[in-house]
Amino acid sequence: MKIKHHLSDELLMAYAAAELPEAFNLVIAAHLSLCDECRARSMAFDALGGAVIEDSTCDMAAGSLEACLARIDSLPQAEAPLTRPAGSVLPAPVQDYVGGGLEAVKWRSLGMGVRQAILRTGDKGASARLLYIPAGAAMPDHGHRGLELTLVLQGAFRDEVDRFARGDIEIADASVEHTPVAEEGEACICLAATQGALKFNALLPRLAQPFFRI
Amino acid sequence: MRQKGILRLVADAEQTDWSALVFRVRDHQDKVAFAALFRHFAPRVKAFLMKSGASEALAEECAQDVMATLWQKARLFDAERASVATWVFTIARNRRIDALRKSRRPEPEDLPWGPEPEPDQAEVFEAQQETERLGAALARLPLKQRVLIERAYFGDLSHSEIAAETGLPLGTIKSRIRLALERLRHQMDVKATER
Repeated sequence: MKIKHHLSDELLMAYAAAELPEAFNLVIAAHLSLCDECRARSMAFDALGGAVIEDSTCDMAAGSLEACLARIDSLPQAEAPLTRPAGSVLPAPVQDYVGGGLEAVKWRSLGMGVRQAILRTGDKGASARLLYIPAGAAMPDHGHRGLELTLVLQGAFRDEVDRFARGDIEIADASVEHTPVAEEGEACICLAATQGALKFNALLPRLAQPFFRI
Repeated sequence: MRQKGILRLVADAEQTDWSALVFRVRDHQDKVAFAALFRHFAPRVKAFLMKSGASEALAEECAQDVMATLWQKARLFDAERASVATWVFTIARNRRIDALRKSRRPEPEDLPWGPEPEPDQAEVFEAQQETERLGAALARLPLKQRVLIERAYFGDLSHSEIAAETGLPLGTIKSRIRLALERLRHQMDVKATER
């Protein structure tokens, strides 16, 4: 599997600085789980954070070290890091939101065989959802008011310009108005994060929009 | 390899091997090693948090927390993958998310700080050197570019807020950051091939 569509420096730096809405952080963490190249770039941005932190200093309060040592003495034993099952269609950070693998996803039909599951995130900056598009079917035609990240987890889709398969991430801003179509063969499952609400171009989905929370 | 050993001796004379101190905390709960780490990193974490918008009292409190976490999670430190400064940055960043009520930030699969039984000394040295070279490269950036990179990490302002405050168009800010990253990348490449 060769990933062709990667994260931008801008997004990786904002992820390193923890300046993005949770839904975008989730899609980025999921992509990094699949893409060694972006993982390495992401670690370089953490290293840049290390260099930035080295750069300035200030005075600590009197007795700060002693207070810290006292704090350490009262700390509980650190928990072992979580181990999560690998090899699922859903990368580990997505499993944390779903509460399990693909079988645990609570899909809702959007009609024409297309399904979605909204993943609960804590802030209103962006929303995250899983999308299921049957092989050969089109995503509802949509533009968006802000940034949209779409990560393919299974199958593949094509839009007017490109092809996206597992691990590929599509970065689309408000100017992109496109009609992705799932390839023949396998159903396409994507994780998408969208800034603001989607706006659908066909009349019916637009009416349905508030109802389905998209 | 031999040459690298000599280089390391020279380097050691000038700078502290922070990883070795973390290992002493991990293996022997060594309070002297911890005090040395605290003296260096705690004021830097505090400054980072204050520049991120925390009050002095909150920054002091969180800096102590970050250092306590370093003690508690010393066995998770992977010295082959990152320098101590980088590791401290990631702990401070996560503490800042809680303290300033920022958005949750999921981590990728395979927690990045997996423990290694016997870290390879050459790679440990490499990781610390990389942060130091990056620091030097950052210091050599034109001031206008460096300030933007630092502010991006402090996260005190979004791009559009920086634009409003400095009167610079958003496009100029983005292209300055892009130029800065290109320059850093170039400097790191040059240094890597020189060795």
